[in-house]
Amino acid sequence: MSEATAPKAAAPKAVDAPLTFLDERLGSTTFFKRNVKKVFPDHWSFMLGEIALYSFIILLLTGTFLTLWFQPSMHETVYEGSYEPLRGVKMSQAYASTLHITFDVRGGLLMRQIHHWAAILFMASICAHMLRVFFTGAYRKPREINWLIGIVLFTLGMLEGLFGYSLPDDLLSGTGLRITQGVLESLPLVGTYGYMFLFGGEFPEGMNGELIPRLFTLHILLLPGIFLALITAHMMIMWHQKHTAMPVKNQTEEQVYGYPFYPVFMAKTGAYFLFTFGVLALLGAFAQINPIWQFGPYDPGAISSGSQPDWYMGVLEGSLRIMPNWEITAWGHTLSLNVLIPALGPLGIIFTGAALWPFLERWVTGDNRSHHVNDRPRNAPVRTGVGMAAVTFYGLLWLAGANDVIAERFHVSLFATTWFFRVTVIIGPILAYIITKRVCLGLQRSDANVIGHGVESGIIVASPDGRFSERHEPAREEERITILSKENARPEAPATDANGIPAPGTKGPLGVLRSRLQRAWTFDDIAVEEHEHGNGHEGHELEAGKSDKELRH
Amino acid sequence: MSDNKGPGGTPEPQEERRTHDRVVGTPSPAAEKQLLAVDEDPAPAGAGAQLDEDAAKRAERIVALFFLLAFAGSVAFIAYYIGWSGRDGGMHGIFRARESNFWLGGTMALSFLALAIGMTIWVRRLMTSAPIVQERHELQSDAETRAAFNQEFLEGAEDSGITKRPLLRRTLLLAAAPLGLAPLILLRDLGPLPEKRLRHTFWGEAVKKAQAEGKKGVRLVVDGTNKPLKVSDFASPGGMITVLPEGVEESHHALNEIAKSVTILINVPADQFKPAKGRENWHVNGIVAYSKICTHVGCPAALYEQTTHHILCPCHQSTFDATDAAKVVFGPAARPLPQLPLAVEDGYIVATADFPEPIGPSFWERG
Repeated sequence: MSEATAPKAAAPKAVDAPLTFLDERLGSTTFFKRNVKKVFPDHWSFMLGEIALYSFIILLLTGTFLTLWFQPSMHETVYEGSYEPLRGVKMSQAYASTLHITFDVRGGLLMRQIHHWAAILFMASICAHMLRVFFTGAYRKPREINWLIGIVLFTLGMLEGLFGYSLPDDLLSGTGLRITQGVLESLPLVGTYGYMFLFGGEFPEGMNGELIPRLFTLHILLLPGIFLALITAHMMIMWHQKHTAMPVKNQTEEQVYGYPFYPVFMAKTGAYFLFTFGVLALLGAFAQINPIWQFGPYDPGAISSGSQPDWYMGVLEGSLRIMPNWEITAWGHTLSLNVLIPALGPLGIIFTGAALWPFLERWVTGDNRSHHVNDRPRNAPVRTGVGMAAVTFYGLLWLAGANDVIAERFHVSLFATTWFFRVTVIIGPILAYIITKRVCLGLQRSDANVIGHGVESGIIVASPDGRFSERHEPAREEERITILSKENARPEAPATDANGIPAPGTKGPLGVLRSRLQRAWTFDDIAVEEHEHGNGHEGHELEAGKSDKELRH
Repeated sequence: MSDNKGPGGTPEPQEERRTHDRVVGTPSPAAEKQLLAVDEDPAPAGAGAQLDEDAAKRAERIVALFFLLAFAGSVAFIAYYIGWSGRDGGMHGIFRARESNFWLGGTMALSFLALAIGMTIWVRRLMTSAPIVQERHELQSDAETRAAFNQEFLEGAEDSGITKRPLLRRTLLLAAAPLGLAPLILLRDLGPLPEKRLRHTFWGEAVKKAQAEGKKGVRLVVDGTNKPLKVSDFASPGGMITVLPEGVEESHHALNEIAKSVTILINVPADQFKPAKGRENWHVNGIVAYSKICTHVGCPAALYEQTTHHILCPCHQSTFDATDAAKVVFGPAARPLPQLPLAVEDGYIVATADFPEPIGPSFWERG
């Protein structure tokens, strides 16, 4: 856009011919012309989502490889493959074919391990990406739809992972399914029906070994199809809306600054895909994961201690572990709160809360503008505090999923760890909120200081009357722009006008609640602004960072 | 990376101009100290067309070296697969699988990573694209377009007649409603209805059959060996083994039956044993049987601590007291493990009835 690139020479024929072919039929050159130099703003944290995307592609590739040999069948067979310790053992065909992939297909173990590692990385990078989006306020209008898609992807990712690691039908995965059955049964009214309908009868084989074929279809067809559709939508929306930028020099609500898609971003992101694949290949080659041959085939009477699910299920596991044993039996019915609450409560709170948050924030702050430049976390202390409370809540429940391991490693009693988590899971988030908010406000104060008084220069100056003081220098321009990206809280609108008429939007219980929340959102905001005595800087370099925003309201 | 070596003299306003607005003559340490981390130089040189040709040549050679390394990695991958992994008739067992995994994975990683590093250096050191600025546009359509669309939408509705013909509208809605329900009906055969399936186990069936033959009950067989268990085989206090009803292996849907009827047998020292009311004769000299399926979410409660007589479920740490009718001592389980009534017949331990209550996790209809 900024450069007038006059076509100096025609493109080589090998490029030109297919482009012309497409253009004559699709008019595609208009699209290419418009997008070839699309600007992508740079920041390391913008690559977290890319890791998720590339992990997904790697999951598709390795998963397809695995389906070529895997037999989704619960029918019994006697193992005759090349893994000696299990020869002659009765097992399901699913387990036997997984052993076959592992020990008799070259590269099979590698693909299995890359697939499993990629699943773990997929969920981890979505999680990190969502935290980045949350803490920088990148979910704000107009990007709420992509935020919701992200939440759906993470939730479905948990299911997809559970189904995936259940497929080999080994002892560990069977235990996971047994827990799934128990959780399903706890649902009021529909629980036993859900259980019977999922398993095709009773655990584990149903009437005819229905479960694994069903999980297989869900795992390789239905859910990946939904993923593909949602990820495509996610990417197209991102492309159309343009990526958010960090509040740095040259980035404003009106313009985006960065390197062009072609060739820079394209090459970088291609390299990034290869980095992701390379690291996953390293893990697959040298870090053993899910060694199903050590667990043995599923046996409903057996279990190994220290059974742990993949990390993204840990929060459910932890909630189940620390829940007190409440159960209500009345009028011939049983309500297992000890299962129901931990299974639905924590994730319900986190995901529903996350999905509602952008709309809640918009309602509370009354900020209906579009935002393309991200917030610094410190500049939205309530949001950052709530986010850290959620992280603490999730993190403690996740750790509680390993309370037996913690008890063993640190030589404390299991009951003590359980009680520790029962208490901290309530208190921890509250503390996290308070501490985070204080830290944010402290950082705001220090920002205000930098803008108001400058940066300590390390130079001691002796004044004529013999006093020593440190000279403060104005912060560098880049720093000033970033710091001044803060939008100071606007003074609250009076609740009533001169005639005592309540302002619109403050009436009724909802209006009162909204005013209260709005006050909580901003009341302790610390204004970061330049003093008139200034630092010898003119205001003009701020045009990008601040003045635009202020003009708008 | 010292990307900014070029003079950077292009007059473009977007050109990076760091460190220029320092106060002259103050070589303060603060100048180098970045207050914020966001300020890092965005990837490539942005040097316009002014690459230092010598440095560029060096960078090109480095990139080429990495590309060659990637090539070597892929060739090694293929060579190993074709030439070596198939020796002595291909892969056998764990050692060759591990070996093949290391070589295939290692060369694959080498190839990907070398290519990735080469490309990254290429972008950072050799690409001459300068950063550019693009406008962000208002996403919302302008008022005129919206008004025009609204107009057309209403016109279409009007033209179709749906707004002025309520009969049409209502019958259409009526027709659509069950259409959404129909596919759900199709899912009915996913599984049988629960009926009484969760209320009894194979023990009941087996006991009934045994008693029809004039016996006292069904024998307990040891899980794994399938051998019936004599009282004398299990005489030492403190022991715990897993047992099943005799004949369960041959039953229809054996795995399902095992998953429900699997039971733990514990020999509790007589002086500590507190039989529950009404179950005074359910044990054999302190040998008691409880369902192995945890009443929390159904994991096998497989750990037994001899000194405390606690049965522990390793999944979520529900803890039951073996001496006291398997009552819950700790953890998320709400109910004791169901107890199986035992007796002795011809020296063998037998079960004389099914569990008196449903085993495993609670469910809505359990009561």
